[in-house]
Amino acid sequence: MAVSVDEAVSAAPARDHTPPARRFGGRGRPALEVVLLTVLAVVMLFPVLWMIETSIKDNRDVYAIPAKFFDFNVTLDHFKDVFVAPDGGRSALSVSFLNSVVVAGVSTVLATVLGVPAAWAYSRFTLKAKKDQLFFILSTRFMPPVVVVIPIFLMYRQVGLIDSKLGLILIYAAFNVPFTIWMMKGFVDEVPAEYEDAAMLDGYTRLQAFWKFTLPLLVPGIAATAVFALIFSWNEFVFAIFLTSSDEVRTAPPAIAGLIGGTTVDWGLVAAASVVFALPVLVFAYLVRKHLVAGVTLGAVRR
Amino acid sequence: MAGIEVTALHKRYPDGTVAVEHVDLSIGDGELFVMLGPSGCGKTTTLRAIAGLERQTTGDIRIGDTLVNDLPPAERDIAMVFQFYALYPHLRTRDNLAFPLRAEGLPKPEVQARVAEAARLMRLDPLLDRRPRQLSGGEQQRVALARALVRRPRAFLMDEPLTNLDAELRADMRTEIKHLQGELGATMVYVTHDQVEAMSLGHRIAILNKGRVEQVGTPLEVYDRPASLFCAAFIGSPPINLIEVEVADGSLRGQGGLALTPPSGLPRDRRLVAGVRPEALEVTAPGAERSIPARVVSAEWLGDEIIYVVDHGGQRDVRVRMPPTVRFAADAPVGLRHTGGTPAVYDVRTEELVA
Repeated sequence: MAVSVDEAVSAAPARDHTPPARRFGGRGRPALEVVLLTVLAVVMLFPVLWMIETSIKDNRDVYAIPAKFFDFNVTLDHFKDVFVAPDGGRSALSVSFLNSVVVAGVSTVLATVLGVPAAWAYSRFTLKAKKDQLFFILSTRFMPPVVVVIPIFLMYRQVGLIDSKLGLILIYAAFNVPFTIWMMKGFVDEVPAEYEDAAMLDGYTRLQAFWKFTLPLLVPGIAATAVFALIFSWNEFVFAIFLTSSDEVRTAPPAIAGLIGGTTVDWGLVAAASVVFALPVLVFAYLVRKHLVAGVTLGAVRR
Repeated sequence: MAGIEVTALHKRYPDGTVAVEHVDLSIGDGELFVMLGPSGCGKTTTLRAIAGLERQTTGDIRIGDTLVNDLPPAERDIAMVFQFYALYPHLRTRDNLAFPLRAEGLPKPEVQARVAEAARLMRLDPLLDRRPRQLSGGEQQRVALARALVRRPRAFLMDEPLTNLDAELRADMRTEIKHLQGELGATMVYVTHDQVEAMSLGHRIAILNKGRVEQVGTPLEVYDRPASLFCAAFIGSPPINLIEVEVADGSLRGQGGLALTPPSGLPRDRRLVAGVRPEALEVTAPGAERSIPARVVSAEWLGDEIIYVVDHGGQRDVRVRMPPTVRFAADAPVGLRHTGGTPAVYDVRTEELVA
């Protein structure tokens, strides 16, 4: 009987149950690992910890020399200052936070809405020079964004997008679409095209088949991709500071940076604003962490 | 049920690859028609064009009397079974079966009746409330077949449906599909790269290569009279022996003096090669009547038969299929003779059958 090719290779890969051999060290190695990781964790986490501490310290304690690590007076005044202006109205910072939410949110939605169908199309159809097209799309991410900030500035001034939220939304979406296409293409590749074929034979159009069968299977991938796009837009600083000037439009990163630079710097306010700024993404990433991990590994593994 | 006519099919993708060069097929009503070929030969593309999942560049496809070129897959009234089953992962077996019927908008009692009938036919009753991932590969494939059945389509298209099953299950499913097709009298187009599947299932087999049909015929025709060197080499295990031959004094002689029965109408002054099946040769004791001297290079003991590889002084060693009772040691001097009928003879240059 002839052995077909598939028969010969399709057997499930043999699982290796033996634990990876310790190459060196024996008992000393785990200890060394723990020490190194602890050092690394301290180095990475200290700034965050210091930021949180500063945000709840009295001004007097913020500037105390030697620095106070534990015995300081706890206050929430800085957080109040983040949201409430000295005259009792809304503070400029709270406006910029709202701007950040709008700009990052809308640009992420836009990038996802444009990028996911594009990724699907690139995954499913044979196109002329498909690889070149995909490479071109990726190539827009080769340079650091700051390289194009001056041309963008000039163009935006011409078309009146300077100092507008729409301008920021568009530029962030433009930067996120290539990323979304590439990441989502990996996910779409994983979903067998046969679901769509079967659905089309069952009476659906191609788009309906995509919408009803492929899209639901892509949700984890979309979640993971959207989080990355959101983080990019949320943290973006260079374009925000070049393309916006007024407090009404400015997003949080340049607004927080703008707090530094006077004769005295209110570090307590800076720290509190930074904490408030860091929280939403942290919470969001925590909420979708399952999708994030599942999504990232799923997209990365090639079969 | 209906027949399928494919005329001058050509498929070229936007990126320039030609998947189907030129394919003409005429598939009869109620026929189990197998398209066989190596990967990349265009068999799957042809099938997908019949299904409407690919739009052919040129050429016509008729299902029954209807020209379906511009019809979307749903309106062609056909069902397809895929290599990866393509059961909707979020639906239970019952709903997977009912799905195409609900999409058609059939009344509920009718849907239930048809699902029950298909489930009975494919023995799926214990599996009706499971989801696809709770089913084994074989069970998934039975569900996929049943989902094709409930539609009562005009034709079934099968795209390598058994490739992902293990060997034993595959043989069972093969029998099951053949039985089912006979019982329903269904028109079935079956794509595979496995010659055993093709030979055992097909009423007729089309062998495709590089986007063209090399031969259409019954399994026996395809085996006994391959239309080209490609078909000859593709069908048969162990493979056919291709022996360079010359026409001399009204007989056909291979290298080493091996005499073959000459077919009539052989062209002169062309380089010829004869296709001789391993069972059309015989290994004998050295010096037996009509035999030429040869030497056993190796022997494969398969239990029910022995495949001898024999050096007879030709460019290539030949393979000979012998019953397990005839035993020669490796390296033993033996005789070799042709016992079959007239072999198929091919032109070396055109690679086509000449006599």
